[in-house]
Amino acid sequence: MIHRVRKLSLSLALIAGILAFGQPSAYTLEEFKFEQPGQHEAFRDLIAKLRCLVCQNESLAGSQAGVAQDLREEVYRMMLEGQSDQEIVTFLVDRYGDFVLYEPPMKPSTYILWFGPFIFLGVGGYLLFRTLGRKKDEAEEDLSEAERARLQRLLAASGDNQEKLK
Amino acid sequence: MTTTTPSATTAAKKAATKAKRRALIPLAIFMALAALLFYGLQLDPRKVPSPLVNKPAPVFELESLDDPSRMVTNEILMGKVSLVNVWASWCPSCRQEHGELMQIARNNDVQVVGFNWKDTRPEALEMLRRYGNPYVVSAYDPDNRYGLHWGVYGAPETFVVDGEGIIRYKHIGPVDRNVWETTIRPIVEQYRPQSS
Repeated sequence: MIHRVRKLSLSLALIAGILAFGQPSAYTLEEFKFEQPGQHEAFRDLIAKLRCLVCQNESLAGSQAGVAQDLREEVYRMMLEGQSDQEIVTFLVDRYGDFVLYEPPMKPSTYILWFGPFIFLGVGGYLLFRTLGRKKDEAEEDLSEAERARLQRLLAASGDNQEKLK
Repeated sequence: MTTTTPSATTAAKKAATKAKRRALIPLAIFMALAALLFYGLQLDPRKVPSPLVNKPAPVFELESLDDPSRMVTNEILMGKVSLVNVWASWCPSCRQEHGELMQIARNNDVQVVGFNWKDTRPEALEMLRRYGNPYVVSAYDPDNRYGLHWGVYGAPETFVVDGEGIIRYKHIGPVDRNVWETTIRPIVEQYRPQSS
């Protein structure tokens, strides 16, 4: 029993340790030094918008891959040279394609990405409202003579039953 | 029993087929979506299309792997169809395709140019010594100086460059017999300079 408790506490300590220190996102980018204030933040924002091509679901800012480090250094170098964000992004897109961007550019081949959800939402909303509207119309339809007579009969019959139950 | 006129029956039938047809619309939409997603599943997201295809190969100037005093430049790509193969000794897939590259270099009128990437000289040379050298020359790029300009993001990658130095195709991942025969070889044949 004691043995088991000890084992359990040991694994809990291990998990806590991993949670506290093992996070790969603890990457600080401290190795990149900038003279002007705000530039470090601009650098961080820029590489957060760029995708690491090896890991694909991580940004250049968060990735530990060797290629990501190379690209970070290149972006850093270009920033120190005074190139604008746009120039740096163009440089990378020219070599790696639009895939390097998390936010796809607006162009014919990406229209479906940009407008698709709104189109689907619009069509879905239209169909929903039309269906609901029709349901309401149907409910308001008058009963035919035959139906009315039958309803009266049924109501009368149930009235009789109620009387009997009392 | 109610009796209906023939015209009423056909109208009802028409309405019924119309309703049936309408009920098929969601099914059709579902099938279209399923087909689209199924197609999407077949694509490999790791294969990022290169914007460099049909553009001149990026300019480079690197030391030769086996001889630091010799420079390898775009000059090597002129006049012959080349496979520029990005490789490294640390990359298992590179070793996997190595035999096929040896075969290609031996049996075909195409030059295989090595692009030794993020590697160290002794280890790279050791790999060539042990498994053979399919490359006419290997450019040595230990710190991704020019690999970056070629849009390299992993090894192995193989570019087909025509005799004018224009990139015609990029293959990501190892080149095996199947890839060579069905994909790369036809492109090589297509761009081979017509010998007179």
